[in-house]
Amino acid sequence: MLEVKNLHAGINDKEILKGINLNIKPGEVHAIMGPNGSGKSTLSSVIAGKEEFEVTDGSVFLNGEDLDELAPEERAHKGIFLSFQYPVEIPGVTVTNFIKTAINETRKAQGLEELAAKDMLKLIREKADLLEIDRKFLSRSLNEGFSGGEKKRNEIFQMAMLEPKLAILDETDSGLDIDALKIVANGVNKLKSKDNAVVLITHYQRLLEYIVPDYVHVLYNGKIVKSGGKELALELEKKGYDWLK
Amino acid sequence: MDLKEKLVSSFLAFENKGGLDLDSNIHEIRSKAIHNFEQKGFPTKKDEDWKYTNLKTILKNDFNLFPEVGNAIGFKNVREYLINEIESYTLIFIDGVFSSFLSDTTHEDCDVCILSSALTRPKYKMIVDNYFNKIAKDNNSLSELNTAFTKEGAFINIPRNTVVSKPIQIINFSTGSEKEVLLQPRNLVIVGENSHVQIIERHQNLSKNTTLTNSVTEIFVNQRAIVDYYKIQNDTKESSLIDSTFVSQKQQSVATVNTYSFGGKLTRNNLEFHHEGERITSNLNGISILDDKQHVDNNTLVNHKFPNCESHELYKGIFADKSTGVFNGKVLVQQAAQKTNAFQQNDNILLDDGASINAKPQLEIFADDVKCSHGCTIGQLDERALFYMQSRGIPKKEAKALLLFAFGNDVVEKIKIPQLKSIITKLIAKNLNVDLDLDL
Repeated sequence: MLEVKNLHAGINDKEILKGINLNIKPGEVHAIMGPNGSGKSTLSSVIAGKEEFEVTDGSVFLNGEDLDELAPEERAHKGIFLSFQYPVEIPGVTVTNFIKTAINETRKAQGLEELAAKDMLKLIREKADLLEIDRKFLSRSLNEGFSGGEKKRNEIFQMAMLEPKLAILDETDSGLDIDALKIVANGVNKLKSKDNAVVLITHYQRLLEYIVPDYVHVLYNGKIVKSGGKELALELEKKGYDWLK
Repeated sequence: MDLKEKLVSSFLAFENKGGLDLDSNIHEIRSKAIHNFEQKGFPTKKDEDWKYTNLKTILKNDFNLFPEVGNAIGFKNVREYLINEIESYTLIFIDGVFSSFLSDTTHEDCDVCILSSALTRPKYKMIVDNYFNKIAKDNNSLSELNTAFTKEGAFINIPRNTVVSKPIQIINFSTGSEKEVLLQPRNLVIVGENSHVQIIERHQNLSKNTTLTNSVTEIFVNQRAIVDYYKIQNDTKESSLIDSTFVSQKQQSVATVNTYSFGGKLTRNNLEFHHEGERITSNLNGISILDDKQHVDNNTLVNHKFPNCESHELYKGIFADKSTGVFNGKVLVQQAAQKTNAFQQNDNILLDDGASINAKPQLEIFADDVKCSHGCTIGQLDERALFYMQSRGIPKKEAKALLLFAFGNDVVEKIKIPQLKSIITKLIAKNLNVDLDLDL
């Protein structure tokens, strides 16, 4: 589904990703771990199409299509979803209206009719229940004044609404207490299917106890230095990253 | 001959030809006004209040001062500029002349009619003597100019204890039967004790020709009366508007003026509130969305003269391309006005390098027990928010529009007529160039 080939990318002439290779198939869960500054968030931003980053070499393919020329929204329409480490506050736009616009713009791009208001409401309620989100919450301004946990839960709520093919969860576990982490992980697990894939970007092994990965990759200094099964995460937890440098 | 000379020299002809009563008080008021205008002339950039708005280029036009009513304008030509979804009284003027055919006036519970009849009929003499040109003075020579050439406009007289069931729409059309035309509508609004009225005012050029409108409105709000006044300024890029609105409030009254400036070559709003009693509330809200080389200048004054009054002022501006804005908000709290609560906020977004805003909040406080605050921000769109929205599938243009609409939404929220709110929302979407349901 997602194929990253020899990806080099950076910002302001500073190279951050130095040749990443990654192959993700439908139904798989991949975890990308690594110390601060290793390039984890850059990788997710580049896949999502953030314009500040410049791809200097290599490519990212989604189902065989080169994403290079596509704007972030076009990537989203093709099924890429990025859950932000720091979701942005958008005063004046309610959660409901934001997700309504996102869904309908995506449907428009896919040549589908806009979703009827009644069906939209039903879908919103269904997904909000899945993530144990209070209905009152939906009429608040997006992320404005939300606690860290509420922001992350809201990200997964949007993911549930948009039903992406490839979801990249960037540090979704940071800032979550154990109860919130369980709710978020539970939500992700319920959304997982044989047709979609999940990439978890994380510092800690903790999240992986709840969302069990098929593969674990260690990113260090812009390169994947080691890949393995879920047991690799446990090893990292014990030994730290130093032994891989 | 420049415009000033032309105006001064045609004053006599205006009064004589117009069939105006030369024995009335109005004649005296006019004569005095033209004299004052002749002395002061048009404001220039040397005037502190006109530092950032230059009329020079506009005044170079060879304006026709007394346009003939040419084209036959039917309902189908003007329909889109009216709010048709609700019942309303309408006062429609075409090239400065009242169109009884298109209008819907009343004399039943209140007077919704035209100023020319109010100025000439004995029945209204006392009201006119009491109110006409009582607050529209001293401010600037443009008001004097309007007074000198006062002929037509809206006359709205609401007796005490009357809630006017329908909003009143005042619309001034220009048709382009003259190449360059100067229009000077004059409105007089008197709202009696405990009464309530909603008024919507609009100026619309139906042609591609150049127009300059120098409009003056006086609004008198008596004890405990409520006035909601909406100004829709969404004219063509050939049209300029100088609007001077003066509000005089008696005790416990509530007056709100909402100004929506979405288009026009040059728009200057002089808006003044004068308090004549205690426990008054004044609300001033505005949103400007401009592009190209358009210019808007909001010059406001709230004059707190009595204790225990409040004023709330909120102006937002979105400027694209090479458009320019000016906000000059003066709040004057006189010595007697203890326990005043005055709030002012002006927020702006500049979308392009060529756009600019000059903001000047001005608080003059002579009382010591007051609560006054003001704030002013100038910023750009948040790139992080844009990427966030794009990553959820919202295209950049729509994401921008959504962010901008959210920015201005608290001003739109102040609209109390749902149909008008939906019209303003659509106008905003149109001005932001998106096909989005922005009803947040």
